[in-house]
Amino acid sequence: MSDEFAIRARGLSKHFGELRAVDRLDLDVPKASIYGFLGPNGSGKSTTIRMLCGLLTPTEGSADVLGYRVPQQSKNLKPKIGYMTQRFSLFGDMTVVENLEFIAEIYSVPSALRAPRVDELLQKYDLVPQRKQFAGTMSGGQRQRLALACAVLHKPELLLLDEPTSAVDPQSRRDFWANLFRLAEAGTTILVSTHYMDEAERCHKLAILDHGVKVADGSPQELQANTGMTIVEILAEDPYRAQTIVNDLPMVASVTQLGIRLRVLVPESFGDALQLIEQSLKNNNVVAESHIAHATLEDVFVAVTLQPMQRAA
Amino acid sequence: MKSLGRLIAVTRKEVRQLRRDRLTFAMIFGMPMMQILLFGYAINTDVRNLKTAVADEANTHLSRELISQIGQSQVANIVKRASSVAELESLLRTGDVSIGVAIPPDFDRRVIDDNRSAIQLLVDGSDPTVLGVANQLRGMPVSFDSNRRQTVLSAIEVRPYYNPERRTPVNIVPGLMGVILTMTMMIFTAVAIVREREHGNLELLINTPVTSFELMTGKILPYIAIGMIQLAVILGIGDLLFDVPVRGSVLDLYLAASLFIAANLALGLFVSTMVSTQFQAMQATFFLMMPSILLSGFIFPFDGMPIVAQYIGEALPITHFIRLTRGIMLREATLGDLPFALIYLATFSAVAMTAAALRFSKRLD
Repeated sequence: MSDEFAIRARGLSKHFGELRAVDRLDLDVPKASIYGFLGPNGSGKSTTIRMLCGLLTPTEGSADVLGYRVPQQSKNLKPKIGYMTQRFSLFGDMTVVENLEFIAEIYSVPSALRAPRVDELLQKYDLVPQRKQFAGTMSGGQRQRLALACAVLHKPELLLLDEPTSAVDPQSRRDFWANLFRLAEAGTTILVSTHYMDEAERCHKLAILDHGVKVADGSPQELQANTGMTIVEILAEDPYRAQTIVNDLPMVASVTQLGIRLRVLVPESFGDALQLIEQSLKNNNVVAESHIAHATLEDVFVAVTLQPMQRAA
Repeated sequence: MKSLGRLIAVTRKEVRQLRRDRLTFAMIFGMPMMQILLFGYAINTDVRNLKTAVADEANTHLSRELISQIGQSQVANIVKRASSVAELESLLRTGDVSIGVAIPPDFDRRVIDDNRSAIQLLVDGSDPTVLGVANQLRGMPVSFDSNRRQTVLSAIEVRPYYNPERRTPVNIVPGLMGVILTMTMMIFTAVAIVREREHGNLELLINTPVTSFELMTGKILPYIAIGMIQLAVILGIGDLLFDVPVRGSVLDLYLAASLFIAANLALGLFVSTMVSTQFQAMQATFFLMMPSILLSGFIFPFDGMPIVAQYIGEALPITHFIRLTRGIMLREATLGDLPFALIYLATFSAVAMTAAALRFSKRLD
């Protein structure tokens, strides 16, 4: 186990009957970084996180988390990790302070340090006004701050966050990520799963999962630079017609409409995609303006999750 | 030390949540009170005052004396006079009476003749309890010779021990302790664990250093206390309203109860590991409740049951607990008098607890 990685997994697989929820996953998560799992629902993000904290036994493969083998040594691992579940899993019929105190007791925080630590977290996560409020009556953003406060209460080395922002508004998400960066700067390794592109873009490194398979990994910049696709953006007066025409072109891998714009992905091996597209639109009397665009993470995602056949074409 | 701290944390949380759950909290007292009132007043196996019709076709001095004796017996309450056996049968059929007393015209001659029955009782035997009670009338002496009347049934003498007034609550209340504790302990624990699973709390908890043992023990400790409170409520009401005695030692009773509570909590925990929703937990506990009420000897004497039912009954912890409570409360027995029941309860708790702990893993798969 190298010192620079918080998590190393080799060939990690989990089968539920016929379904391969996670299929031969290799993973290297550097310490003190924010590592993202990007993928649609059912791509194996939660299953992987659950295997990494010892909640699920891998069908095949192995993983080292903070130097412990999971799931065999997960007992030793528990005090060192913080886990935020996809669903709000704190106690709705207890107040914010009661929840925090309970978690502090569970993690055996010495009683003298308990109250100061709870106060510190209330301050840091902006929960002071809600301290006496029942967790069940709080808003999505407040609950999420409480869940994070509980997950970091015992100062874990590794934080596993399973779609932490799926139920909160954009402002709360921004604040939440600001908190994550603070934690990473302080040395915490963070593994976070998401299906939001803008969140994935904030991660230091990223793995894109699709149907249990890791289809790409690297920093967001690396991924965007190496899509293997030419991206053509089309501004058309009649985007629907333009889309129909472009879609029929054999070399086009994917067309996505964004308002009046179309983003067209063409494998780089096809040479001058721009000219081909412009020509074909002109032939069909569609008024449109086209140009080459930089790949966004969404383009990366579309490119790597295409059917292998389409990619080869 | 850390382990104890975590256990206390879980217990404290459980008590806190329980206190806020007003309905459940009310049930702690409501359930035993409701049941003891229902069972105490409604169930009465010592039936008296069965509605009776008489057709006196003899109408002699002796027959009238017999009728008045029957009326005073408390077994039968004469509500109708009929003119013939046919009319008695019709009254039975309509359900107006449960017993018909047919006194034939040659009643006096039959009384003298030892080979012939003097009167006939027509009984609605569809309810065996009624039939049994009506049979008591057979012991009624009928003779012209008043000396002979005294000696007629002296071959066997019955001395009712422990409950000479034949009051059903005296028998019901000790058994009811078993039923109420089974119900609340099993439901509370099964639901308590499953609720956390349903709400997602469990996924959080199993990712903390808390162990299965600490979690389970911490969760059931408050319910042990609740069981003890319920026991006190039942004993109090039993004494107050139904004059049910505790002839043996109250300490013995509480010791037996702690074993029994442990057995039920362990069973509840085991149920919780088998089901995934609170609704399923309720169903599973009710599934176990029915045999506990019917096959434990709580209402129907154990000896009267078919052998298979007896085996099932023997497997239920409540059967052994009811033997203990009836023994201690009514027959002044000590724990030492009923060692097998104690051993069974202890073994049952240990086995169920182990099974629950084995099934409850800190993993999700």
